[in-house]
Amino acid sequence: MIFVESLPAIPGFQSGGLLGHLVQTGFGGFYDGMVHSVVTPEDGMVMVALGLLSALGGKDRARVLVVAMPLAWFVAGAGALMFPSVGPPPLVPTLGFGMVGLLVAFNQVLPGTVFKMLVIALACIHGAASGGAMRETGLGWLGLSGSCVAVFVMVSLLPACLADIRKPAARIALRVGGSWLAAIAMLMIGWAIRSS
Amino acid sequence: MTHSYDSLFAATGRFIAHASHHDAGGGLLSGLSHPVSGADHVLAMVAVGLWGAQLGRPAVWALPVAFPIAMALGGMLGLTGIPLPGVEIGIAVSAIVLGIMVLAAARPPLWVAAVLVGVFALFHGHAHGTELPPGANGTLYSIGFVISTGLLHAVGIAIGLIHRYDWGKSALRGAGAMVAAGGALFLYQAIA
Repeated sequence: MIFVESLPAIPGFQSGGLLGHLVQTGFGGFYDGMVHSVVTPEDGMVMVALGLLSALGGKDRARVLVVAMPLAWFVAGAGALMFPSVGPPPLVPTLGFGMVGLLVAFNQVLPGTVFKMLVIALACIHGAASGGAMRETGLGWLGLSGSCVAVFVMVSLLPACLADIRKPAARIALRVGGSWLAAIAMLMIGWAIRSS
Repeated sequence: MTHSYDSLFAATGRFIAHASHHDAGGGLLSGLSHPVSGADHVLAMVAVGLWGAQLGRPAVWALPVAFPIAMALGGMLGLTGIPLPGVEIGIAVSAIVLGIMVLAAARPPLWVAAVLVGVFALFHGHAHGTELPPGANGTLYSIGFVISTGLLHAVGIAIGLIHRYDWGKSALRGAGAMVAAGGALFLYQAIA
């Protein structure tokens, strides 16, 4: 049974509390960390956004995503675990997946190097936030490892399903998904401004 | 929003109350339900789908891409307290104009259609932005809100697929007339 122990009133907008959902699966820290990344909306959306962007770019981009994202996530998470001051400013994760959503909506296929840098940058931002949450919730290295495995699974499955899509209508469906992500990010930014 | 489905919500009151209890402070379910709680919003968003289906590719996809982004921009304005004059009138006019476009089977250039839909989306987004419940879960609310809007477009597109049949063309134009008439009613209510 999964029990959501704490759910901040406005997740994603509280400094230090970013992505701070502690989920107790009953199976230990590793699985708690896995579920944490899956049920944290900001994490889920950046994975979906980058999955869509890689799918637009083809299999090469998908391979970069599968390797670079979990690794960068772990490195940044480890940094946040070891150094409490490491962590993204509020709204940066939201801006990140919103920007990727816009790129998808406008059908932008980034050059390989730029895509690689974007993946690493966003993985570092979310990984640092995730590492901070693991430190705060006491899940530590085990939780961070679970979180990275969840990221690997997610960014493997999504592009695997989508990267071979070549039908124009299906590609435009991906773009609709990107526009939804961008819209969600814009609303979240507006919400954060109002809340502050 | 004055044009709410009061009777519908009254009939499902127990479910809504139950959902709200678990949907701490207004989260995903609140976001999902908000766009469908106003008949004027529903009419306009379904009309976007109808018009897109009538226009065919690429408009059938381009309009639902343009609408959420512009709507979210309007939502940001509303959330941050930046006023937009004549919001209710703009929403009613959007239903009238979109209904007329469907009724007339109008085929403007794609960019004109996208700009038109985008401008109307600003009004809808602004209204939603100013009506968001205080203390709600911003992240989940935003997700539900956008998904619900997109699904309304999908409903419009699905209905609009009758355009491929001869009888469907006439039926679709009839639906456009009804949307425009509904918009006129809402305009009257907004002005009166």
